[in-house]
Amino acid sequence: MKDMAATDVKLQDIAEFLWMEADLLDRRDYDTWLDLWTEEGHYVIPVDKEGDDFANRLNIAYDDAKMRKMRVERFQAGFSISSAPPADSVRTLSRFVIEGAEGDTVTVRAAQHVIEDKFGRQRMFAANVTWKLKVTEDGFMIRDKVIRLLNSDGVLTSISYLF
Amino acid sequence: MSLDEFPSGPQTDELMKGDRVATPMYEDPALFDVEMERIFGKSWVWVAHESEVPGKGNFVLSWVGTQPVIVSRDRKGEIHVLVNRCRHRAATVCEIKKGKTSSFQCPYHGWGYALNGDLRAIPYSEGYSDDFKKENFGLKKLRVETFEGMVFANFDHDAEPLEDFLGNAKPWIRLFMKQGGGFPVKTLGEHQFKVPMNWKVQLENTTDAYHFPIVHKSFLQSLDGEATETFSFMDDDDGYVEDLGNGHSVMVMMPELIDLDENLDAPIPERFKELAAELAEQGYEDEKVRRIVRAVGGCGFNLNLFPNAGCSLSFFRILRPVSVNETEIRHIALGMDGGPEVANQMRMRLHEHFQGPMGFGSPDDAEVWERVQRGSAGAGDVDVMVNRGLGLEKESQNGLPVGDISAETGMRAAYKQWKKVMDQ
Repeated sequence: MKDMAATDVKLQDIAEFLWMEADLLDRRDYDTWLDLWTEEGHYVIPVDKEGDDFANRLNIAYDDAKMRKMRVERFQAGFSISSAPPADSVRTLSRFVIEGAEGDTVTVRAAQHVIEDKFGRQRMFAANVTWKLKVTEDGFMIRDKVIRLLNSDGVLTSISYLF
Repeated sequence: MSLDEFPSGPQTDELMKGDRVATPMYEDPALFDVEMERIFGKSWVWVAHESEVPGKGNFVLSWVGTQPVIVSRDRKGEIHVLVNRCRHRAATVCEIKKGKTSSFQCPYHGWGYALNGDLRAIPYSEGYSDDFKKENFGLKKLRVETFEGMVFANFDHDAEPLEDFLGNAKPWIRLFMKQGGGFPVKTLGEHQFKVPMNWKVQLENTTDAYHFPIVHKSFLQSLDGEATETFSFMDDDDGYVEDLGNGHSVMVMMPELIDLDENLDAPIPERFKELAAELAEQGYEDEKVRRIVRAVGGCGFNLNLFPNAGCSLSFFRILRPVSVNETEIRHIALGMDGGPEVANQMRMRLHEHFQGPMGFGSPDDAEVWERVQRGSAGAGDVDVMVNRGLGLEKESQNGLPVGDISAETGMRAAYKQWKKVMDQ
C-alpha cells in the first residue's frame, strides 16, 4: 500500500470515510472496522478532559491493536450479557475540521452524538473526536482515534458498543 | 418525614430474615430514607484516600450517603470533612472536584470559610446584630478518622472509634496496602458509573464469587492461560469468605496472594517477565523488582467494608446511594507513589481491562445489577435468597462464620449489620 501526501486530501473525502466508519459501528460490523486500522495506533477514551499523555493516565479505554481485537471478540462471542444483545445505537458526525497534515498523516476532529436504546430507555453521549488518518493510495486508514466524551470525568453508564 | 411511613420504625425482622431479605429492601423509597438517616447518618463512611489531599490546602469533593461533602487538608496538615453547604442560604461553597485553595467562598452572598470549615468573613457584616457569632456558623463538620491512608467520616460525633468499628478488618486493610510494593499507595484516577439499582445490590456483590465465571466469562476468555489460572478460584477449593463482624467480610480468591511480602523467591509469572526485565534494566535490585512485580496485579482478596467501601484486588470500589433505585459506583485505581512508571502503567492497563464503563467486566456487572432491580419489581412477596453456604460454614478464629469461596457469608454479614444499625 503506497503512502500519499496528506496535504492534498479534501474534507469531502475525509467526511465520507468517517461516515463510513460511523455506519460500520452503528451496524456493529466490527471485523470490517478492525481492518480500517494501522497496526501501531491507539483507540483512546480518556477520563481526563485535558492532556494527551494517555499512557500515564487512567483511561476509559486505551486499546492497542491487541486490545481492540480482544474487545471485538468479547462483543461477538455472545458470552457478555451487556453486549448480548448490546444497546442499539444511532450516531451523527458533523463539524469536521482538518487540524493539520504532515507527511502521510492528516489530523481531523469532529463532533459526535450517539444515542443508545436498551430496556426501553435511551441514553445520549456527546463527544469531540480526533482521528489521525494515514493517507494511502487505497484510501484512509485510522492510526489513532481519541474520543473525548463531554462527561468523561463524570458519572457515566456502562457502554456496550464502540464510539 | 420518612419515619411517618413506619409509625414504629421499619419492621426489620420482616425485611432481614438472616438467610433471605424481603423485596422492599430494594424497592421501598421510604426505607431508603431511613437507611440514609440510620446507616449513612451514623456509620463510618469512606470518603477519600489521603493521597487525594496530599498537601496543605488540597481538597476533594465526596459524599456521605446523599450529602455532598468537602474533604480538605488545613494548614496544619489536619484532614477535615465538611458538608458542602453554606450556613447562610444553603448554596454549595465548592463545585471544583479536586484542587488547592486557601478558603471556600460561597458564590451567593460571599460568606468565606477556612479550610477547617470555620466561618471567617461575611460581606456587609453590619447587617447582623451583635449577638450574631461567627463561630456558631462554620460549615457543618463531620468526625474524621483515618486508617492506613483511608479517610472515613461520621455524622455521629458519639460513634465508636473508627478502629473499633473496623475491628477484624484492620489486618486485611494492612495486607491490602502492601500492593504499594514498598512504596506508599496512591490513587491513579478513577472510573465512575451509575447503575439503576439499590445500593445494597452492590454491597452484596463485593464478596460474591458465585457470579464470577457466569457474568465474567467474556473477561476470562480474554485472558491468557496463566492469568486464567489466577482467576480459576471457583474451581479451586482453597478460597473462602469470612464474616469479619460489624458488617465487614473478606472473600479470599487467591490465597497465594494474601500477603504480597511473602514468597518473593517464587518464579516470576510469564506475564510479568517483561516488566521484571525492564525494572532490572532501570537499575532496581532483584529483591525490589520481585516485590514490585508481585504487587503489580494487586492482592488476592476482596475486602468489603460496611456500608460503602470495598478494597477489591487492586482498587477501591466505593458506592454512593443516590435514591432507592440509583447507585453511583467509583472504581479508584491505585498505584505506587514514587514507584516505577512502567509498573504504574501496567496497573492502569490492568484496571482499564476489567473496570469502568467500558471494561471487560464492569458493564456485565452493571447489566445483571440492573436486571436485579428490574426483576424485583415483580412478585414483591418473594424473598431474595442469600442462604448459599449455610449449614456448610465453619467458625473462624474470631468466632465468626467462614464459608467456601462461593458462600453468601459476606452478604449475611452485611445484612446482620444492616439490621443492627437500623434497630438502634
